[in-house]
Amino acid sequence: MSANLSAILYLVSGVLFILALRGLSSPETSRQGNLFGIIGMVIAVTVTFLSVDNFSSGFIYVLIFLAIGGGIGAFIAYRIPMTAMPELVAGFHSLVGLAAVFVAISAFINPAAFNLGTPGNIKLASLIEMAIGAAVGAITFSGSVIAFLKLQGIMSGAPITFKGQHLLNAILLILIVILTVYLCSTQSSNLFWILIAISFLIGFLIIIPIGGADMPVVISMLNSYSGWAAAGIGFTLENTALIITGALVGSSGAILSYIMCKGMNRSFFNVILGGFGATDQTSGSQNKEQRPVKSGNADDAAFLMKNASSVIIVPGYGMAVAQAQHALREMVDTLKKNDIKVSYAIHPVAGRMPGHMNVLLAEANVPYDEVFELEEINNDFANADVAFVIGANDVTNPVAKTDPQSPIYGMPVLDVEKCKSVLFVKRSLSPGYAGIDNDLFYKENTLMLFADAKKMTEDITKNL
Amino acid sequence: MEIDPFIFRLSIFILSIFVGYYVVWSVTPSLHTPLMSVTNAISSVIIVGAIIAALSGSDGVVFSSSSVYGFLAIILAAVNIFGGFLVTQRMLAMYKKKKKEK
Repeated sequence: MSANLSAILYLVSGVLFILALRGLSSPETSRQGNLFGIIGMVIAVTVTFLSVDNFSSGFIYVLIFLAIGGGIGAFIAYRIPMTAMPELVAGFHSLVGLAAVFVAISAFINPAAFNLGTPGNIKLASLIEMAIGAAVGAITFSGSVIAFLKLQGIMSGAPITFKGQHLLNAILLILIVILTVYLCSTQSSNLFWILIAISFLIGFLIIIPIGGADMPVVISMLNSYSGWAAAGIGFTLENTALIITGALVGSSGAILSYIMCKGMNRSFFNVILGGFGATDQTSGSQNKEQRPVKSGNADDAAFLMKNASSVIIVPGYGMAVAQAQHALREMVDTLKKNDIKVSYAIHPVAGRMPGHMNVLLAEANVPYDEVFELEEINNDFANADVAFVIGANDVTNPVAKTDPQSPIYGMPVLDVEKCKSVLFVKRSLSPGYAGIDNDLFYKENTLMLFADAKKMTEDITKNL
Repeated sequence: MEIDPFIFRLSIFILSIFVGYYVVWSVTPSLHTPLMSVTNAISSVIIVGAIIAALSGSDGVVFSSSSVYGFLAIILAAVNIFGGFLVTQRMLAMYKKKKKEK
């Protein structure tokens, strides 16, 4: 296949990828968008096969390895529970990162196959692109592995901090730049390996100080990195599809990180520098005064809801942990049978990744037009009779609006306290992730329901 | 003076960032999780590099020091491509509108 024709076809697949993202602007067009993405990928892979025109026995092995990887991927995709989506995405990011590293290594060892020169005499621009691709890929890989371990609970979600952490990271980053410069002048393969090793180390170091509830930012950020890594490799290979895709994914991840940071009213650097919550947690438990709370049981909750005409449900990460989404949907079905208006309010940072709650509700067959974003629904709380908070905490804390001393002051929160009554499902009175007491617990109109989210929801349904 | 082809690629890159910026802002927040999984799948188009790397061995030698990395990258990228697109499809199939009241 001529180089021009394949370049045009790569461009076509790049455009199809743009359409794939464009489709996600509404659920109706999204499925078609995904199809565009698949077609784009098929085109890119086919063109590569045709343009290599080296149909030796290696070709068979490529197909075999493709089938092995594809089989594993398909198996995971069908078996993964929706609650585990953040782990899955983190895991997938690590694979993109590692693949980028491998391709860069291969190009470094055998540049002739990529038309980049000969070993020890690689074109300068290609070498820089390769080094960037490999370094960003390696950071993405080790960072995503740590994020995966934290989300999976294998590693504690608590931030790990030590003295001189930021200094160390800064030194390592400068070291990478210096190594790249030396690499370009010496073409030494040892330097290339050291560069990759240090990048792995950086990825590890920048994610360990970030706490569990900051994971939405981390995942989005790693999403962005995986894109930049792909773009770096795209420049090396002079491949338009890869450059376009890398840029798309890179900016997509960056926008998601921005949205998540805004949802927490924290700057990106504040999150990345990490350690949030670690210090507050201790002080929070020390000076906790005993304040009266009203607690109730499923019967009380059912009574309140039965007499309401509108109920707003506020789900959070706790719902995912308790796998309560199906039970919740059943409760809502019963409420609707009693002519009670029900809607769902989702805070941007509810859950462990962007859009986490929406997927879980969709899985439980909740129609997406009953689910609202913070800005859409926040004014409705004042007119609603009951707010049912299930597994959310900090995102409902009125302190964010009233107390400038509070670490979460200024964070956009759901105005749950404006409801006539609030039902708060929680296992105990312990503070949330931010380590601060939620004023909502002690409000006159709040009824605490101390139980597992799933069990409580089922009990309420029985009592309705 | 001729323009370096790198400049053209850089132009594509910069313009794609802008395209990405506007396209992603128009994605509805409820689909942010599928957005992440689909961007994951498409960034695995890095498989084209992996295929070139895997077929880089000279005649008769399938597994050379450079092609092994290519084969490994093919497996990783393939997991991502199939896993990413399929899980996105699975998620998107769940998003339904309110049914008409019976």
